Amino acid sequence: MSTVAPTKTVEFEYSGGERLTMNMGPQHPSAHGVFRAILTLEGEDVVGVDAVIGYLHRCHEKLSETLTYAQYPSIASKTDYVAAMTSEFAYVLAAEKIAKIEVPKRAQYLRVICAELQRVASHLLWLGTWCLDMGGALGGGATIFLYCIRERELVLDLFESLVGARLLYGFYQVGGTRYDIPPGWAETCRETVDLIDRRIDEYERMLEENPFFLARAKGVGLISRELAEDVGISGPLLRGSGVACDLRRAEPYSSYEDFDFRVPVETAGDCFARYRVRMVEFRESLKIVRQALDRLPEGPISSRPGLKSVAQVRVPKGEYYARVEGARGEVGCYLIADGSAKPYRMKWRGASFSNLAVLPHIIPGHKVADVVAIMGSVDPVFGEVDR
Amino acid sequence: MTRDQAATLIGERFGIAQVEGDSATIVVTVPVEQWTPFALFAKDTLGCRFFNFSTAVDWKEQGLEVVVRVDNVDARFGLLMKTRLGPGVSACPSLVPVYRGANWMERECYDMFGIRFEGHPDLRRILLGDDWEGHPLLKSYAVDTPHPPYR
Amino acid sequence: MPAAFADMPAWLVAAIASFILLNGIALGVAYVTLLERKFAARMQSRIGPYRVGPHGLLQPIADAIKLMMKEDVVPTAADKPVYNLAPIVFLIPCMLIFATIPFAPGLGVADLNIGILFFLAVSSMEIVGLFMAGWGSNNKYALLSAMRAVNQIISYDLPFVFASLVPVLLAGSLRLGEIAAAQAGLWFIAYPVIGQLGFIFFILSTVAAENRAPFDILEAESELVAGFRVEYSGMKFALIQLGEYAHVVASSFLGALLFLGAWSGPGPEWLGAIWFLIKAMLVFLLVTWVRWSFVRIRVDQILALSWKALMPATLVLLLLTAVVVVWTGNGR
Repeated sequence: MSTVAPTKTVEFEYSGGERLTMNMGPQHPSAHGVFRAILTLEGEDVVGVDAVIGYLHRCHEKLSETLTYAQYPSIASKTDYVAAMTSEFAYVLAAEKIAKIEVPKRAQYLRVICAELQRVASHLLWLGTWCLDMGGALGGGATIFLYCIRERELVLDLFESLVGARLLYGFYQVGGTRYDIPPGWAETCRETVDLIDRRIDEYERMLEENPFFLARAKGVGLISRELAEDVGISGPLLRGSGVACDLRRAEPYSSYEDFDFRVPVETAGDCFARYRVRMVEFRESLKIVRQALDRLPEGPISSRPGLKSVAQVRVPKGEYYARVEGARGEVGCYLIADGSAKPYRMKWRGASFSNLAVLPHIIPGHKVADVVAIMGSVDPVFGEVDR
Repeated sequence: MTRDQAATLIGERFGIAQVEGDSATIVVTVPVEQWTPFALFAKDTLGCRFFNFSTAVDWKEQGLEVVVRVDNVDARFGLLMKTRLGPGVSACPSLVPVYRGANWMERECYDMFGIRFEGHPDLRRILLGDDWEGHPLLKSYAVDTPHPPYR
Repeated sequence: MPAAFADMPAWLVAAIASFILLNGIALGVAYVTLLERKFAARMQSRIGPYRVGPHGLLQPIADAIKLMMKEDVVPTAADKPVYNLAPIVFLIPCMLIFATIPFAPGLGVADLNIGILFFLAVSSMEIVGLFMAGWGSNNKYALLSAMRAVNQIISYDLPFVFASLVPVLLAGSLRLGEIAAAQAGLWFIAYPVIGQLGFIFFILSTVAAENRAPFDILEAESELVAGFRVEYSGMKFALIQLGEYAHVVASSFLGALLFLGAWSGPGPEWLGAIWFLIKAMLVFLLVTWVRWSFVRIRVDQILALSWKALMPATLVLLLLTAVVVVWTGNGR
């Protein structure tokens, strides 16, 4: 037996007020990763929130200063581990721009295919976990979650047969891509894309004809256009708040101008608007994959084939801010090269970091239950927030 | 407002002739005294309401440089604004009164570079623990700096 | 009561009957969880428990043994008497409500003349155990959950009572045996309009009063981790689970009795109990189906649904039933 007398009021800190401080996280069933929200509650209403991040911080920016341009892309995928293709993409784009390295057309198309498949995989995980947040692991949310994971597996299978890895790929490299598609891959990919397309219709029906889902998603977590721009949120959140900004359209990179796709914009700015944007993006991504597979040109997959040493890629002095439209928004890489084999300075602009920064502005005034719905609709990946 | 009009306007108002960048980006270096007025000008006059990111670069003996990127999402151009703090200086006006998004970004800069943003409402460390010593992204901070009790 | 028991003293009969029933419930509930897991698994295109025994049939036994062997953790700061007592206080009403249910004509522990009233009154007593658990744990999640529980159960017991009274009016008796017997010709669910509406309201308020998803805001593991039982482990947790499922099963029996004609069905009379069981399980699966298809709704929405929609609706339905009963001269 311990000799320490148990205290009755360890956590309540009852000061006579009606306020309760509640920790949501860092270990909490609905924290996507390790995120701690310190909520101040008045009954069920949230009156204040302080976000604590950094639990997954690895200082990628310092790390990249010690790794060469050939080494870092496969580390870059560890920032946003749910959509690992995206961050590799941003890094190699920045290096290529500074070094003025041409990328063969085939490589550009392969990059687009992977980026779009990755967006689908990431959105599938988002849809599943968001519903899981709202519906609970022991309720209707788990049903959607399991359905979504089933489809995400198919996409990961495609990546596995292409790269050999299922989560962190290292597919992009400066000058092109590391691998070409194996025989038969295009057919499997087409089948998967068609299947997912059909299944998404199913989920859409299941959710949008469900009054409880609508009650939870509509009118919750409003982000005005002004706030959205001021905080710098991007991706589906920004488009859900009425800003038609998609980098694939605004600043086409990697031959995105060749493809025909639609940029969905919703003006409501609530959780449901963000949901709608992502549901349309699913379809558009699948459409882009189909087009890219149809028109995939022959040719080399890299302008710098046969990597022989880690210091092979030399980038002259210069700086560039390269950005790609990731699943969660603008993933940017601000690279400063000093002419050596390693960058002088590299800054990650993680989409989740900026998106998460909007939470303290929108959560107060909502109920506790809405906090998880809003957090899920923001779709943060903490590897990218904390980098 | 197009990118070129914006570049001309910057030249007229602030007398900054050195406008670089490509077709979609303007890169300007602003003196630190004009940092906040320039940001206000960028937001109100140039329409760059989208706060993209804020960071810093350690140029060793030449001192720190703060870099902010803001975008005009309607006209589709970006503005990369920089300011040199000078050797040994680590104070910079905060942009939080202008852009709310600068809050977390500047906290990260403070965390990583030790730049004190004057006028920031809540300047705490954000990614590292409160008890962390040093600012890791400074060039003087070695990668293998020991940090007990972790390593 | 079967003739074989006629010679025994009444207290002995009652004791034997409750002994059989309690054990039956414990075993039945264990297998109901398996049924639910299998059903949910099918909905989610999974297989469900499969490893323990053929087709996972021994899974509930394994679960029970596991829970019994788990360490029983009591938080240092908990209010110990309240904390320890809560699962039992919670379990007793959940078990007690089985007493009045006649599983076949004359086969029940006590066919009270106020049977349904007893059922409704005792089933709302579980809130005491819930609140004790939430308060005694000295945990913020548990406290919030206990507050929600009180809110929710108070709001939903009234529609639950009103919906249950519709068959009472139709049958003209509070005795559950007589309500069941009154449906020999026409099940109350087949009663035009009133029956169907009553059944829907009954299911809706049952789901809510039992705190099942999508109304499980007091468990709400994505917000409150596990709500009032967040600090419970081992056997105490098992007792809470048992109580919860026993309540669900009892309500399913009540639903089958009130609306689906209880033991009436084709075949010889001794099949009646089987029919009753099947009907009750159908009601249970209906509740489960709802559970695995909806997302959880918010606390204010739940309360609004009850006070603004369900309450007036059930009240109007009850008045309507009364008018119909008087009009057609059905009342006895």
